[in-house]
Amino acid sequence: MSFGQLPYDVAHLLAGAVLLMSFVLLYQRRIGAVISAFATQGTLLALAAAWQGHIQGAPGLYVTALLAFVAKGVLIPIALHAIVRRLDLHRTVETALGIGPSLVAGVALVALSILVVLPATEGARALAREDLAIALSVVLLGMLMMITRRNALSQVIGLLSLENGLILAAIGVAGMPLVVELSTAALVLMVAVVAGVFAFQIRERFDTLDTGSLEEHRGEGR
Amino acid sequence: MPLQWLIVFLPWLGAAALAAVPDLRRATFANIGVSALSFLLAIALVAMPFEQHGWTRTDALNLPFILVAAFVGLTTAVFSAATLEAEGFDHWRVRAYHAAFQTFMGAQFLALLADNLGVMWVAVEIATLATVSMVAVHRTPAAFEAAWKFFILCGVGIALALFGTIVLYLAAQPLLNEETGLSWAALMAVAARCDPGTLNLAFAFLLLGYGTKAGLVPLHSWLPDAHAEGPVPISAVLSGLLLNAAMLAVLRAKAIVGSHPDAVAPGPFLLALGLASVLLAALSLWRRRDARRFFGWSSIEHMGIAAFAFGLGGAAANLAGLIHLLGHSLVKSAVFFGVGRAAQAKGSQKIADIGGLVATHPALGWGLALAIAGIAGLPPFLLFASEIRLLTAAAGQAPWLALALALGMVAAFAALITVLQALCFGPPTPDAARALDGWREAAAAAPLWLHLAVAAILALAMPAGLAAMLADAARVVG
Repeated sequence: MSFGQLPYDVAHLLAGAVLLMSFVLLYQRRIGAVISAFATQGTLLALAAAWQGHIQGAPGLYVTALLAFVAKGVLIPIALHAIVRRLDLHRTVETALGIGPSLVAGVALVALSILVVLPATEGARALAREDLAIALSVVLLGMLMMITRRNALSQVIGLLSLENGLILAAIGVAGMPLVVELSTAALVLMVAVVAGVFAFQIRERFDTLDTGSLEEHRGEGR
Repeated sequence: MPLQWLIVFLPWLGAAALAAVPDLRRATFANIGVSALSFLLAIALVAMPFEQHGWTRTDALNLPFILVAAFVGLTTAVFSAATLEAEGFDHWRVRAYHAAFQTFMGAQFLALLADNLGVMWVAVEIATLATVSMVAVHRTPAAFEAAWKFFILCGVGIALALFGTIVLYLAAQPLLNEETGLSWAALMAVAARCDPGTLNLAFAFLLLGYGTKAGLVPLHSWLPDAHAEGPVPISAVLSGLLLNAAMLAVLRAKAIVGSHPDAVAPGPFLLALGLASVLLAALSLWRRRDARRFFGWSSIEHMGIAAFAFGLGGAAANLAGLIHLLGHSLVKSAVFFGVGRAAQAKGSQKIADIGGLVATHPALGWGLALAIAGIAGLPPFLLFASEIRLLTAAAGQAPWLALALALGMVAAFAALITVLQALCFGPPTPDAARALDGWREAAAAAPLWLHLAVAAILALAMPAGLAAMLADAARVVG
């Protein structure tokens, strides 16, 4: 299986689309749009998982796909919208690093992950290693989003999109054991993070997760 | 059901049952009962021969840690029976606290026992979720802050660890069948023939991921806050158990990567992170005003020392690292028992508000003084034995690094002794809370003294069986 064959190309297309949504997440300025972009990414991830299930002949991946779609395409975005309404959060995204520089950093990270993964994994099959490079890019972009955003909610979405990268990596490795169990366990963690936002709902805390306001609560005094 | 599964599922069944007990008194005693049964199971497990069973394995590397985990779990249950009333929980929090505690214990045993790296990852994740909910249980802004930081940083950490696990499987995939994939034993068997580049990539992610959970610099910043804001007994299990499980995961990854001749040598990375942790912690210890955060930082220092030992490699240094981890579990949880009880009695956990414990609470004060001396590396406790072994091994293998390590250890030692004098001697500060009833006061101090006794006995006369097991384990780590 290589470039120019349908299974390979569609798998690449879907993985690339997931990566594209990571960039979309980086340049949105309204929190509502960020959540919608995350929902799209979740849905694309579900499609990618289903396609991998099809070409690898691994029916377990359909379960992963279904879970990804229901949780990340539908339920988590609904919950996030509800959090924004309930806690009356700022509707704009506060950035610690401007949108332009973030995008430049994002491109650099994608280049980095290609440069790291492709030479390091020469033993593996072409599709697996290229998928891994894309997945690592999604992971790094998720981290970048966590670093460059001030609102706690955007940071949570960064973490969620980082986890999308993990699932993308897991489904790309043909024959990976426990892939369904692991992706479900990772999903449980993410659902717990979103539930944590609900449970710890202190408005001020989530509007500004500046290091400045963190210090006050560290019991060290001034 | 084999013992390996029993020791995991017993605490989890206990968690389900404890979630239904609203009464504080009954819940604490049931909690002690479950922990005592787990401890008996751990002893039985150690008495059995090593075996690999499904997703679990028992070997020389994990059995000592399982025994210590069960022991610390039991003493923490006793300690929390004595002190939980002072936390002022309503019945929901009593349920949540005990359920989370036993869920954590089960996950801890599973993380230590797991042979399958995927199962190990899931266990570490469950342990994280359980501890986050325990840290947040007071629902104060500071507790939420600590829990949130813990959650997000460790969330990223374990996400990276999963990525590392996936890459590790990718490296070994051509040599494995689907049945044994992700099994540590199977990976060890084929590691020498894997693709070295992919192994390197996997190790980088596994080290960063599980290193976050072990509190290694630069991803350590969740640790002091998480230790300071939860209920008092939680600090003891966080420091004594969770960090060990994460470090053991790092060691398993190191053993796999280290057995490939062309892969990058994992030692220098562990050395660098370990040394950075020791030096940063040694400096930070001087700036702390909060007693529980202070000892949280001290945990970072000790994890750094252990990482340094494993990074150095070789039988002598590895043995020193393993003894250090075990000694740290025993002595640091003793310190947290003492500091936690003192903070309750004085109504504040600021170092300035706790003073003269020896005069006002002799049993607690002297116990805490000995425990802090033990954590600072003074004889006759286990950490003295491990630090001497490590420094002699390091002086032979890498004298300059040994010098840097010794500097960090001396700076930390001085900070610890300063705090020891402030907390235990110095002018007494007034008590804020009423004294506990007779049996509670005794039950709060007993775990502290028991830990000290065990740490001293193991240092002075380690049972031959345990010593042989640790020497075996030092070879497994490679």
